[in-house]
Amino acid sequence: MADPIHQFEITKLATIANIGGHEIAITNSAIFMAITVVGIAALLVGGSSARALVPGRIQSVAEVTYEFIANTIQSTAGTAGMKFFPLVFTLFMFILVANMIGIIPYTFTVTSHIIVTAMMALLVFFTVIIYGFYKNGLGFFRLFVPQGIPVYILPLIVFIEVLSFISRPISHSVRLFANMLAGHITLKVLAGFITMMGGFGIAGWLGAVLPLGLVVAITALEVLVAFLQAYVFAILTCIYLNDAIHPGH
Amino acid sequence: MAEDTGNDGKDSKRLAEEAALSARLRHLGERLGQKAGNREVEAGPSQDPGQNASALARGFRLSTELVAGVLVGAFIGWALDKWLGTSPGGMIVFLMLGFAAGVFNVVRAAGVSSGPGSRR
Repeated sequence: MADPIHQFEITKLATIANIGGHEIAITNSAIFMAITVVGIAALLVGGSSARALVPGRIQSVAEVTYEFIANTIQSTAGTAGMKFFPLVFTLFMFILVANMIGIIPYTFTVTSHIIVTAMMALLVFFTVIIYGFYKNGLGFFRLFVPQGIPVYILPLIVFIEVLSFISRPISHSVRLFANMLAGHITLKVLAGFITMMGGFGIAGWLGAVLPLGLVVAITALEVLVAFLQAYVFAILTCIYLNDAIHPGH
Repeated sequence: MAEDTGNDGKDSKRLAEEAALSARLRHLGERLGQKAGNREVEAGPSQDPGQNASALARGFRLSTELVAGVLVGAFIGWALDKWLGTSPGGMIVFLMLGFAAGVFNVVRAAGVSSGPGSRR
């Protein structure tokens, strides 16, 4: 049976340079990140080049994604959150397209590596901290002090709030990474069952219908998960940014 | 006369055909109306797909919030123990605090309390 983890292996394709003993190489991961970015750029540039009043197909896809993210930001972070539209839109599109590309067989899923998702989650985390202090000064600490709490348990609550704040990038990154990893392993294992059962003759062929049906169904589910995880990542980014814009309101 | 009756016959025939056609048209229109009505009724419950999507999204959120809190607590406890040599005191205290933070996260993600520092 094929190794279900093999699909996540990073292979080096070309070495560009050695900087301070660290090898800078082009890997399959980097290639698929580039494909993702080129795909998004092609969609958006192609969508906005016609500038038709009545949008064509690609233009309406570009418009729908714009409006979707704009509505999400305005409903969770208010109109003040719109200055973070480029960040949220970039994250959403990158994750969505990377997830969707990953569903195609023989491709590499960029978001199935925690280093990628953790980088994006930490980017959001530090954006929240830096913008929070820039906008509110020390008032940003109000985020950790809930109102209407008796003084004698306040230190404990503040401590727990800080822990809760620190745990954000972890849940933010692990959720996306774990969902993509688990989904792809499940698909691979079930697909492996088909070939294994096919080796047992006619009875095996009949039995293999069951995992085949499951693979088809789970592939459909994976398309949904790919979209939902991108959406969850974007909406959590908005919620965290909202804390930086209006702490303790 | 024979021609007249012939014409009359043709006219009446055409009239009958038109009547039949318009009847069919009306019938078709009624059936289409019914179909459209049915479709509207069928589309009723899933009128807001965004609602379903965000409910699913919230479900996905909840799954990792608790674990993240516990992990952070455990890591801080472990690091403090290693640094100050207080093993296993720091681990015990911070694991419990991390669990509390995780529960906080879950309660907040479930929308019971709207956020840190919320007035309620």
